[in-house]
Amino acid sequence: MKKLRLIAGILVLGLSAAACGGAKVEDDSAAAPSASAAGSAGASAGGTVKMAINGWVGYEASAAVVSYLLEHELGYKVEKVTLAEEPSWQGMESGDVDVVIENWGHPDLKKKYIEEKNVAVEAGSTGNKGVIGWYVPEWMAQKYPDITDYKNLNKYADLFKTSESDGKGQMLDGDPSFVTNDEALVKNLKLDYKVVYAGSEAALIKAAKQATDQKKPLLMYFYEPQWLFNQVKLVKVNLPAYTEGCDSDPKKVDCDYPPYDLDKIVSKKFADTGGKAYELIKAFQWTNDDQNAVADDITNNGMSAEDAAKKWIEANTAKWQAWMPK
Amino acid sequence: MVSAPVQAAPPVQAPARARRLPRWVVPVAGVVAGVALYVLFRGRAVLPHDDDATLFHWLNDARDWVDANRNSNPIFLYVVNYLRLGASEVFALIQGALVALGWPGLVGLAAGLGWLAGGWRIAVVSLVGFAGLGVLGFWEASVETLALTLSAVVLSLLFGIPLGIWAGRSPRVRRIVTPVLDVMQIMPTFSYLSPMVLLFLIGSASSTIATMIYAMPPAIRITALAIERVSGVTVEASESLGATGWQTLRKVRLPLALNTIMLGVNQTIAAALSMVPLTALIAAPGLGEDLLRALARVNVGAALVPGVAIVLIAIVLDRMTRAAAQRRDGGSRARAVRWGGFAVLTAAGLALTPVLAQEFPEQWQVQVIRPINDVADWIEAHWYTFTGFLNDTVAYGFLNPLQDLLTSAPWWLVTAAVLVFAWRVSGPAAGLVAAVCLLGVAALGLWEHGMETLTMVLVGSVITIAAGLALGVAAARSRWFAAVLRPLLDAAQTMPSFSYLLPAVALFGNGRFTAIMAAFIYAVPVVARVVEDGLRAVPGTVMEAARSTGSTDRQLLWKVQLPMARGSLLLAANQGIVMTLAMVVIGALVGAGALGYDVVAGFAQQEDYGKGLAAGVALVLLGVMLDRITQGANGRRSPHKKRNA
Repeated sequence: MKKLRLIAGILVLGLSAAACGGAKVEDDSAAAPSASAAGSAGASAGGTVKMAINGWVGYEASAAVVSYLLEHELGYKVEKVTLAEEPSWQGMESGDVDVVIENWGHPDLKKKYIEEKNVAVEAGSTGNKGVIGWYVPEWMAQKYPDITDYKNLNKYADLFKTSESDGKGQMLDGDPSFVTNDEALVKNLKLDYKVVYAGSEAALIKAAKQATDQKKPLLMYFYEPQWLFNQVKLVKVNLPAYTEGCDSDPKKVDCDYPPYDLDKIVSKKFADTGGKAYELIKAFQWTNDDQNAVADDITNNGMSAEDAAKKWIEANTAKWQAWMPK
Repeated sequence: MVSAPVQAAPPVQAPARARRLPRWVVPVAGVVAGVALYVLFRGRAVLPHDDDATLFHWLNDARDWVDANRNSNPIFLYVVNYLRLGASEVFALIQGALVALGWPGLVGLAAGLGWLAGGWRIAVVSLVGFAGLGVLGFWEASVETLALTLSAVVLSLLFGIPLGIWAGRSPRVRRIVTPVLDVMQIMPTFSYLSPMVLLFLIGSASSTIATMIYAMPPAIRITALAIERVSGVTVEASESLGATGWQTLRKVRLPLALNTIMLGVNQTIAAALSMVPLTALIAAPGLGEDLLRALARVNVGAALVPGVAIVLIAIVLDRMTRAAAQRRDGGSRARAVRWGGFAVLTAAGLALTPVLAQEFPEQWQVQVIRPINDVADWIEAHWYTFTGFLNDTVAYGFLNPLQDLLTSAPWWLVTAAVLVFAWRVSGPAAGLVAAVCLLGVAALGLWEHGMETLTMVLVGSVITIAAGLALGVAAARSRWFAAVLRPLLDAAQTMPSFSYLLPAVALFGNGRFTAIMAAFIYAVPVVARVVEDGLRAVPGTVMEAARSTGSTDRQLLWKVQLPMARGSLLLAANQGIVMTLAMVVIGALVGAGALGYDVVAGFAQQEDYGKGLAAGVALVLLGVMLDRITQGANGRRSPHKKRNA
């Protein structure tokens, strides 16, 4: 019987919890149900900033440096939410995310969440210049000089065959959540290739290293800023040049990726109430080399993201002091 | 699992053989006809994948509608958003409480509850287990995972137990509920996520609700079973004494069923714990996040250690609820000792909370990630030729030919083949269900990807079942081997499916074979266990009789044990296939493609949402199809089939 009563107790607890949750939605229903639960738990002096962590190390480097400054210089608590790019935007609506520290374009999402729903706002450039493209290891470009033109890719498709590529050449992509037009490109440029997803940035890096060390053919999706370019020589394949608007319909893309001016996105709520944290994030700006230095420390020098950020911050006082709110 | 030892092999059919055609004629004729049709119609009536299918666009539009009306449509305003807020409140409440206890308090409370449930042994297990979470360096994430799990379990029980009571008392309700539960349990965990995100957005609320749905079936099933089993005589006695229906339920049925219901709680917790890490994909906090991050970095050690933390949580909760389910004699003295011990341990923990540091002390943590990675790197560097060879053998030898076959055969031929096969193995009903499911996959516009997934599942299941069978037989024949194997299997079974991906990735690179290997590690324990239990359940007298007639060990195994354990073997096959499906789908995270990839892309890329949602449904259909084919095989011989929840 005691156990029964225990269960009953839990039931009552659950019910009452549900009831008081319901009361809240009334107050809040207009402005999206954003009364996020976890946030209120451990607010320290400055409050809590929820930062999305997308799945590439460059992002993590930026996030680590900003978090370090928020925590150690401004006294905020930073909650890191590991999340893919697009769900991060949704997180600004649901209240689970305040900040996306490195956004790659996403004009469709900007339209939806910034213009239509009005739950997010732009917070300026990170200073990083983004490039997305198709790459082959340098030895391939030397051995087959014309391979860097997409028109000749079909000629070499056999080189890139793997067990996963269905008898065609393999075009290795990263995480399915990354910005990519590759399936459309393969289709619209009539390439005899199949897009295979490695699943993550690290898997791409591994493939690039193996392809270079073991002279294995590899054609892969990759991007800058990336520390790997300091270690492994990769050559970009030329796709049809990008022109304004040639990528507006994702299914019909037949041109290269645009140059990206990476920027920061914050939730509307955070822009309104984020105070100094928002000001710091807005002012944050650095170079690709800065980011690569931190990312390299995280990946290759066995440092935690926090330690790598600390190292950069101690060495670059002038840079970050310029971001601090007055 | 002890089912069907009595309905032995088919000696009854022996006389029939003489009069009719030999038994192999019909199947062989069927296969020949199938091959002939395939050769004739190869490449015709195939359904190539089209990303632009109308259905996907339509689902995208539906998503956009929901997105636009989330805050204006009454269904959202008055129902869905309340559910979301309610779930996130429950989570916040439980998480707040766990955090407020502080780590010494929580460890003390766990030990106290262990003591209360099962004496000093369980108290020690709980103490060591929970302290271990801190030692591994994952205290905070573990508490979040624990909070998510408990929220989902509380909600599952809140809805599951009353439903179970209802189902236990009314056969009609039971008939309605059972197939729904079947589907809920077969559903690959992945398919839950997209609809949850659509309704409840990302975050802890979605995670709690998805986990709740996944974890509820065992609570309902076992409660129903428990209530049903309460002896009719007792109930009648109570009613004849003038008790009302409510009184009988409260004072007679529930107390008598309580121990069994506790087992339901135990199963619910296990199910919840296997789902929670996966919900990190929709921004749930906790250990799942660490797993995802490790996956993104291909860091084997960083994926295994949170996996071990989850195993620790699972072991503690499992032992605690299992002990609580055992009937204990309760003199008032024993009761005083139980509650006294509970109070002392909890109070000790709580008293230490203000004294000790707020965070789990760093010097008590051990660093195990690096050594694990060193081992992984070494294996990677030195076994490369071997693992590459394995990968290529399976890919070129089995996966590619089978996939070619399935995708180049006309859809109607594949469907007909499934219909005939399922009909033969499991009867007409199963055959029809299976065929309809397959047609459903075609109607969803996901035929080609469905066939790719099916290929992986078939190859994966064959490998898994073969290995599970071998291990199970070995364990049933040698006590020593069984003793070594059991704890390994226990751990392997509770590790979150996620953590298996990485060792597989490290060994085999990215691709379908990796997904299959992960599925292999994930499903083999269950298969081996069911086989072992089935073989052990063969009565000793039968074995002795066979031995006394001079059977060799080999004959004993093939002619007596395996045929008599047929029910268990089929159950093992069923479980093996369903689990392989679940895992192969998760393999999309490491490049296995097919339906699993569609699902992942669905919640990662806006324009793929519709395809992802449809792929989730297609996965359910595939799951039901595979389950019907194999479960029916079991059910035809023994009506009391039982799924291992």
